[in-house]
Amino acid sequence: MSEIAQSLALAGELVAAGDAKLAEIVWLSLKVSLSATALSCVLGMPLGALLAVGRFPGRHSLIVLFNGLMGLPPVVVGLLVYLLLSRAGPLGQFGLLFTPAAMIIAQTVLITPIIAALTRQVIEDEWREYREQLRSLGASRMRAGRTLLWNARFSLTTAGLAGFGRAVAEVGAVMIVGGNIDGVTRVMTTTIALETSKGDLPLALALGAILVAVVLVINTGAFILRQWAERRWG
Amino acid sequence: MHWLELQGLGLTEGATRILADIDLKLGAGRTALLGPNGAGKSTLLRLMHGLLRPSTGTVSWPNPLSQAMVFQRPVMLRATVLANIEYGLSLRGVPAGARRRKADEALARVGLPELVHRQARKLSGGEQQRVALARAWALEPEVLFLDEPTASLDPASSREVERIIGEIAAGGTKIVMTTHNLGQAHRIAEEVIYLEGGRLMEQTPVEEFFRQPSTSAARLFIQDELGS
Ligand SMILES: Nc1ncnc2c1ncn2[C@@H]1O[C@H](COP(=O)(O)OP(=O)(O)OP(=O)(O)O)[C@@H](O)[C@H]1O
Ligand SMILES: [Mg+2]
Repeated sequence: MSEIAQSLALAGELVAAGDAKLAEIVWLSLKVSLSATALSCVLGMPLGALLAVGRFPGRHSLIVLFNGLMGLPPVVVGLLVYLLLSRAGPLGQFGLLFTPAAMIIAQTVLITPIIAALTRQVIEDEWREYREQLRSLGASRMRAGRTLLWNARFSLTTAGLAGFGRAVAEVGAVMIVGGNIDGVTRVMTTTIALETSKGDLPLALALGAILVAVVLVINTGAFILRQWAERRWG
Repeated sequence: MHWLELQGLGLTEGATRILADIDLKLGAGRTALLGPNGAGKSTLLRLMHGLLRPSTGTVSWPNPLSQAMVFQRPVMLRATVLANIEYGLSLRGVPAGARRRKADEALARVGLPELVHRQARKLSGGEQQRVALARAWALEPEVLFLDEPTASLDPASSREVERIIGEIAAGGTKIVMTTHNLGQAHRIAEEVIYLEGGRLMEQTPVEEFFRQPSTSAARLFIQDELGS
């Protein structure tokens, strides 16, 4: 019991002192997961809109597929991306394995389906409301999809956040493709896993607390943004 | 001369027949579609406007005319009034430089020039309806379809909307509208089309329709509406 209390106190000191190693790990975590989220939004949101308003063969199968991919286990994604990036793999020549770039790729693969599937749901609701009006004004389906993405921009922050939350909290994928190399690819989750198994609880606890705080702050920010947008735009 | 012809028009949704055997030539400048709830008025407007595809029959335009429609419940984008009107103009290929002027003109004509920078979805129902009219009017359509344009408006707003519709018609735009307000149909329309149960009952000049409708269905409908 006292050991845990002691660890907590040490964790507090680490955070308060702005420990350099701690800061580096947090910074890399945010950089990797925010990059993956941005990439996934660029890929997944147009894709989700296309699934919502488009009419093409295989659309229903794609929707089912993306819904299913939302639950993809991170270790499996890690394994797949590892195979792609390993020296013998199709993308081996770029030497990306065990770099932050590999981690960004893995997290992008992991959360693009989440963002696409959530975007589809949001845009489908919008399409129901706006379809006749947009068609009456003369918008093509493509144009309508673009219009509705912008029109739903505040609801879509939820989709982006869900993706970021999943990325920043996963450990399996970044562990496999990043390798948890000290000072290079060590992020919050992989460090927590490693330090806990080594018995160094203060660092693990400090990182755990920061991770929770990051997720809370981002969600609160998004909540406030949506409330504000709701009041402003109706 | 007619400008729109419907031949053997029918629409079935699953097992329900919504419209059947509609044969109709529209030639008047201002037409009112009347009939009880569920008669198929909104559906017929959508078919004419091309938003629905008929199950049977055809909708044919002897000369293709540019169209616009104002829906019963106005649908506004989450943007300013100006952006909403400019959006329609941009879809019709109006160059960016001309959009602002056309939007301002249209807003002035519906009497709401001061709302130009307001958020469209935060306006009252009556204001939104007038903005929807301005958005349609800015497109300078040759035919304007209106689905119960004053359904949820107070008497003053209704009169204002009627005035706007009158002005749009005076500019040469053909009007086809549904309404449950018989006085309004009388004031605006030249010709009445009466629907019931998805069928066309009659197409009659407005004075004659209200004085002496040719079907007993229409006569009962008028009695009911005036009685209530
Ligand atoms: N997509 C649909 N599927 C099944 N039934 C429909 C569909 N659209 C309309 N209907 C039915 O068709 C009938 C005509 O509907 P419509 O909205 O055209 O009536 P309306 O004359 O405009 O009525 P109101 O005066 O209430 O506006 C109604 O019975 C309605 O329930
Ligand atoms: Mg209707």
